[in-house]
Amino acid sequence: MGELWTILQQIAPYAIVFTIPLLITALGALFSERSGVVNIGLEGLMVVGAFMGAFIVFRLQETMDNKAAAIWIGLLAAFAAGVVFSLLHAFASINLSANQVISGTAINMLAGALTIFLSRNMTGSGNIRIQQGFLPFDIPLLSDIPLLGPLLFTKTYWTTWLILLIVAISTFTLYKTPFGLRLRSCGEHPHAAEAAGINVRGMRYIGVMISGGFSALGGAIIIMTFSGEFSGTVSGLGFLALAALIFGQWRPLGILAATLFFGFASTVANVSQAIPSLAVIPPFVLKVFPYVVTLIALVLFSKTSRAPKAAGEPFDSAKR
Amino acid sequence: MRNTIVSLLAVVFGLLAGAILMAVTGHNPIEGYTYLMQGGLKNTERLGNTLATATPLIFTGLSVAFAFRTGLFNIGAAGQMLIGGLCATAIGLTFDWPRTVLLAAMVLAGFIGGAVWAFLPGLLKAKYNVHEVVSTIMLNWIAFWTVNYAVPAYFKAESLETESRILPEAATLRVPGLTEMFDGSYINLGIFLGLIAVIVMAFLIDRTTLGYELKAVGFNRHAAEYGGIAVNRSIVVSMLISGGLAGLGGMVQYTGNAANIQIGILPSQGFDGIAVALLGANSPVGVLLAAIFFGLLYSGRGFMNAMTEVPPEIADSIIAIIIYFAATSILIERLVRRFKGRLPLNRSGTAPQQGKGE
Amino acid sequence: MYVKFVGGLFIPSFLEEEILSMDYAVEMLGIRKEFPGVVANDDITLQLKRGEIHALLGENGAGKSTLMGILFGMYQADRGTIRVNGKEVRIANPNVANRLGIGMVHQHFKLVDTFTVTENIILGSENSRWGFVLDTRSASRRIAELSRRYGLNVDPDAKIEDISVGMQQRVEILKMLYRNADVLILDEPTAVLTPQEIQELGAILKNLIQEDKSIILITHKLKEIKAFADRCTVIRRGKTVGTVEVAAASEAAMAEMMVGRQVSFKVEKKPASPGDAVLQIDSLSVKNNKQVLGLNGVSLEVRSGEIVGIAGVEGNGQSELVEAVTGLRKTESGGIRLKGKDISGLSIRDRNESGIGHIPEDRHKRGLVLDYTLAENMVLEVYHRDPFSRNGILNKSAIRSYAERIIGSYDVRSGQGAASVARSLSGGNQQKAVIGREIEGDPDLLIAVQPTRGLDVGSIEYIHKRLIEHRDRGKAVLLISLELDEVLNVSDRIAVLNNGELIGVVEASETNENELGLMMAGVRKGETA
Repeated sequence: MGELWTILQQIAPYAIVFTIPLLITALGALFSERSGVVNIGLEGLMVVGAFMGAFIVFRLQETMDNKAAAIWIGLLAAFAAGVVFSLLHAFASINLSANQVISGTAINMLAGALTIFLSRNMTGSGNIRIQQGFLPFDIPLLSDIPLLGPLLFTKTYWTTWLILLIVAISTFTLYKTPFGLRLRSCGEHPHAAEAAGINVRGMRYIGVMISGGFSALGGAIIIMTFSGEFSGTVSGLGFLALAALIFGQWRPLGILAATLFFGFASTVANVSQAIPSLAVIPPFVLKVFPYVVTLIALVLFSKTSRAPKAAGEPFDSAKR
Repeated sequence: MRNTIVSLLAVVFGLLAGAILMAVTGHNPIEGYTYLMQGGLKNTERLGNTLATATPLIFTGLSVAFAFRTGLFNIGAAGQMLIGGLCATAIGLTFDWPRTVLLAAMVLAGFIGGAVWAFLPGLLKAKYNVHEVVSTIMLNWIAFWTVNYAVPAYFKAESLETESRILPEAATLRVPGLTEMFDGSYINLGIFLGLIAVIVMAFLIDRTTLGYELKAVGFNRHAAEYGGIAVNRSIVVSMLISGGLAGLGGMVQYTGNAANIQIGILPSQGFDGIAVALLGANSPVGVLLAAIFFGLLYSGRGFMNAMTEVPPEIADSIIAIIIYFAATSILIERLVRRFKGRLPLNRSGTAPQQGKGE
Repeated sequence: MYVKFVGGLFIPSFLEEEILSMDYAVEMLGIRKEFPGVVANDDITLQLKRGEIHALLGENGAGKSTLMGILFGMYQADRGTIRVNGKEVRIANPNVANRLGIGMVHQHFKLVDTFTVTENIILGSENSRWGFVLDTRSASRRIAELSRRYGLNVDPDAKIEDISVGMQQRVEILKMLYRNADVLILDEPTAVLTPQEIQELGAILKNLIQEDKSIILITHKLKEIKAFADRCTVIRRGKTVGTVEVAAASEAAMAEMMVGRQVSFKVEKKPASPGDAVLQIDSLSVKNNKQVLGLNGVSLEVRSGEIVGIAGVEGNGQSELVEAVTGLRKTESGGIRLKGKDISGLSIRDRNESGIGHIPEDRHKRGLVLDYTLAENMVLEVYHRDPFSRNGILNKSAIRSYAERIIGSYDVRSGQGAASVARSLSGGNQQKAVIGREIEGDPDLLIAVQPTRGLDVGSIEYIHKRLIEHRDRGKAVLLISLELDEVLNVSDRIAVLNNGELIGVVEASETNENELGLMMAGVRKGETA
């Protein structure tokens, strides 16, 4: 028991850092799907954010003395780039009634190809390494709390707290404001929303754009916390975020729980060989764990799924 | 006819966008495209390489198109390729049979491997109505990690951790006759397998009761059920065939174009298969043509990169842009309609036969 | 006979506009609307007086929905003017309509299942505290109050998925009242209600006009117009036929205006001469989509040479009954026998082969593969048989000639005959194709579910004739319809379902609408209401 606790203390900060990009990306996807647009382009949007973040920080840190400010500007730029890039998906799904899965796939392929194409034009190798990312720190006082302190408040990043704040605000927005009610109605029954005078297309644009911005933020946070280098991919984290959205049953707290769960599973898989008591579990099992549990969840929830009813269906106001 | 126009326009727009991309990044598009085409077509060796590059795309394209025809979206061709390739490689590395028997067994293993990987999504869809897009994405990553751990554990190369041992000559699809005919190209028997697959699929879809059933399910599952067609069985059968085709794609990639299997990537051909199917309008011949076109882009990009400063990812970018335009075919149709509407006089010019009658 | 404009008064034209406009809540004058290939509305005029119930009568496809869509801002008219309270307006979208005090209850309700009544009603016109926090509490109080005032009996905090269809309709009415609508459009509001619920709706409508609301009632049911409406505008093939005072017009006269010729709703047929039992259902129980018993212990027999009609309000077990007999749905308990043979364990295909033909409720959902050609659709149940295929290979010429035979003998009109894609056919021709296919198989038991839904009177008469012919060839016919008139006119015996239970079986010649209405509401024969 004691040993397990030590291990948990050791890996918790890493697991949380790994969770955060997943969390923000899945949360963005929640907005998109609640508005009625399925977004499987999360992976690509994260790549866009990672590229833009890395590129801006790389350039700014060459000239700026304030390295931290450069990182924050990079985050903002990544967010904006994600919003803009997601417009491609929004336009295809909302205005052109395109198959949303195909459009999302195109986003993934386009982001992967285009960002390397651009970064190769700049660096030759296609990789962009930033000088300095966010630095982890212990929160004074809070990190001294027994039990919880070492788990939650040591080796923590500013971005972690920013994202948790965004999660709280998003939850409130979705369930306690007129905007949230309207957005959700567009994903459940767009014709009812239209009859109530809501601009369904507009709401869906907002949903997709939030998803684009949040995913890109997630991608950039990867670069600026644990990775430090853009290499043209986020290794399937976007798809893992999609899994978390489903496993979390399209609810903010469910998503929080699912991403934490996936974050811990992945971290354990990464470090298990170094920690004797975890080495007994084959890393393969830990690696495929999130995907397997998502499949199981899909089966278990198949009868009672809370997926937005109209997600994935093009909205055609003439059809009644 | 309409599909052909949409596909051709998607290609034109994709190439235009690629030209713009080259221009804004300071390259000469005409030069870029010239070398790209030369790189794929200049001599028989390059032509052979183009066909070889197209081969796995034919299979993944057919895989996705076949599923589409049954109303299923198989986005898991990448994972099915990996497993099919792994199974074929395993047979090739393990057994020392006469070549024909060995290759036949590898083809079978590739098909079965892919089919097994697609069976689960089919079953989940049929029994629990789990959306196949999500389940095949999950299985892509399960396949990714399976290969990632299975290859180093059982088929590790002598020097490299990241790939399997090289297959013996007899266990690959390369034949000296073809290699010589194409001046040392890596073209192999896979292209013939691909052509056979195209013909078989065309026949299956259009002429058989199985094709009738699968298409009926794809168009309208409720009407198919009403007509007495076993819908759930059809879904599973369709996924099995689709997965099997993707598995064969893995087989021709890893035991034909390459001679071993690498770890750490989901093969891009799996996702390109979606683009191929879309551009080929889900028809077998369309898939063949689209695959060869993409094969050309991919095989020519190396030469282009050697001769100019244009990064090879321009090919991937063009393909991604084409799939976007193909997905938004309504946009193209609207443009065509507007073009026709604005120039009514030109209509008789483009359709002279009709003009005579009027 | 028709009263054009108000009582046919002669008014100088320069004054006409002003004087007539004064007591009209809504006027639609000379409305024209074209869709690619069809003129849906052609110079239609409709004038709604303040405080009246005004029926809009027309056959399916006559242009009623288009006209109301224009009034509600869902389409824009190509020509014509709309006046609200005498002022000319342009209604660009439903929001403008709402602002002008026009509200609409659509035939298919526009309610979000997972939201509460209150959330649905306030959607789009929410109140909030401090500018951003949703205020549902005050809204729910106001809704409760409105509900009391108009006698609507709606719980503001219930979830839509938990309440009855009738209550959902009242939520839709509340939605309009909440937005202070003065003009209420109701699109086929009685289609989903029992006769008794229809009475209640009538009372609600009377309450509403007493509070100075004006109502447009879209319908094709003459009896309801007689019962509720003050005036009635009839349209046919996109054109106004005329406006009549309901009290002064007979049902027959209005029917003639609607169809364009004399129609007799009586169906010509000889008395039935039933033979042996073809279908025997024995205390059959079936679960519905919500996993509760949708059909509970129903026993029924259909004999050769007779038509048995099933009457009942939508959702009272008809679908479950049909799907259980045809094999589309699993049964919980009970037996189904066809010509004495137990078929309850057979697959759909085996049941087809044993002699069941099925004209499904929804030809688009079940009856046709819309993207297949007519030829391919005509062999949907028999493609696997010789001569249409051998050893798994299709024989396309055999399929085409079979299809052409059906197309010929059932007068299915299409652009390219057997090669036409089913989607390109009109609704009536699609339905004829389905009926042709099913009767061509010469089934011992023909199950016809809503066979005339959405069709014009000519097609309806044709289909009724075909069903009776099938009976007269000594086959059994089971007819399920939500139109009480159709059940009464076509059937020989009538079984009534309520809440999944069989309330009783009566001879069609010995019953009437009142008796059936009571039974549909669950009152057994002999009991008192």
